[in-house]
Amino acid sequence: MTFDEIHALADLVRRRSGVIVDVDKTYVIETRLAAVARRAGFTTIGELIRELMHKRDETLTWSVVEAIASTETQFFRDRTPFQQMRDDILPALAARRSGPVKIWSLGCSTGQEPYSLAMLADEEGGRHPGMKLEILGGDLSERCLEKANSGLYTQFEVQRGLPARLLVKYFDKIDDAWVLDPRIRHAVQLSRLNLLTDIRGSGPFDVIFCRNVLSSFDPPTRKAVLERLAGVLATDGYLMLGINETVASPAFRAQPDKQGLYVRDPAFQAAA
Amino acid sequence: MPEEIRPVKTCLVVDDSRVVRKVARRILEELDFEVAEASDGMEALAWCRTDMPRAILLDWNMPVLNGIEFLQQLRREPGGDKPVVVFCSVENDPDHIGQALEHGASEYIMKPFDSDIIESKFVEAGLL
Repeated sequence: MTFDEIHALADLVRRRSGVIVDVDKTYVIETRLAAVARRAGFTTIGELIRELMHKRDETLTWSVVEAIASTETQFFRDRTPFQQMRDDILPALAARRSGPVKIWSLGCSTGQEPYSLAMLADEEGGRHPGMKLEILGGDLSERCLEKANSGLYTQFEVQRGLPARLLVKYFDKIDDAWVLDPRIRHAVQLSRLNLLTDIRGSGPFDVIFCRNVLSSFDPPTRKAVLERLAGVLATDGYLMLGINETVASPAFRAQPDKQGLYVRDPAFQAAA
Repeated sequence: MPEEIRPVKTCLVVDDSRVVRKVARRILEELDFEVAEASDGMEALAWCRTDMPRAILLDWNMPVLNGIEFLQQLRREPGGDKPVVVFCSVENDPDHIGQALEHGASEYIMKPFDSDIIESKFVEAGLL
């Protein structure tokens, strides 16, 4: 890829998804584009980029944006957010809510995060009788959502973060694939979602997981998305960011000693 | 303040493949374990009778005494309830995994493995 091509591509991805592409990581971009080029029938990445820049093919454009903006994930990633869910957040919400508790997993990629939440809810169900969870997952990438919807995972994927006890409890093995229990799969509703344009009008949610997503945005986009999230989060709801993400926003207050966990700042008037 | 001295953690690697033992040793030493090796369940049992390790990385299919037979015998030894056992086997079906957990294994690694998988399973098992 030429210097101009990489910068044109980075600009396209930023405008469509908000994601800032590290233009120095040419190898990452090329690896991800190689798969898109192959599927779309191009012999080189250069051909794909020229087609992209000269014709306005929306399907091709989005498959490129999705491929570059997508993130890696794993079951129970970072562990502590799920421990906080189990020990603090679910008990608090179970005590306060009579209706269903709504949880949103944003940037859910291939589904490991919302499914981990659904397994956790199933495990903890006995401790909170009557509590009903509605778990929604959203991601920009159609391909990731298709995989999430299939509920099929490789041996490699089920060995990352998923305890063996939960693997045998919630998965079945068919040929080489590990198949998620349909009961857990159906406990999660997945939909395509662009954080730049599709937040308003949803909710209100009691918990929003938005981990390792905002840090790929530029500061003004990050601020705008956070304020919109504040608009769809219940006033006593929780926002879970990535474990190493700290975000300064007037809309949220960090929770002391809880990495990545934020609550609404009551002084902030959300522009929902 | 003197630096805190941490007790030495030992991990016994039980596998009939020398290559697997070597790979596992390298990974476990990176994770600050002192590593001992045994090539079958009988050898492992002899090792445990002299010095119970903190952790055991255990293959399933081995000559003389296989992994699950070793685990059953280990749990009957004095102090044999202490070691944290993580299976590491090519057997990769729910039945084998369920059986290993029932016999008191804490975690199960399906081969092939890499350092990330060992590390994350050892975290799950409370060893790291």
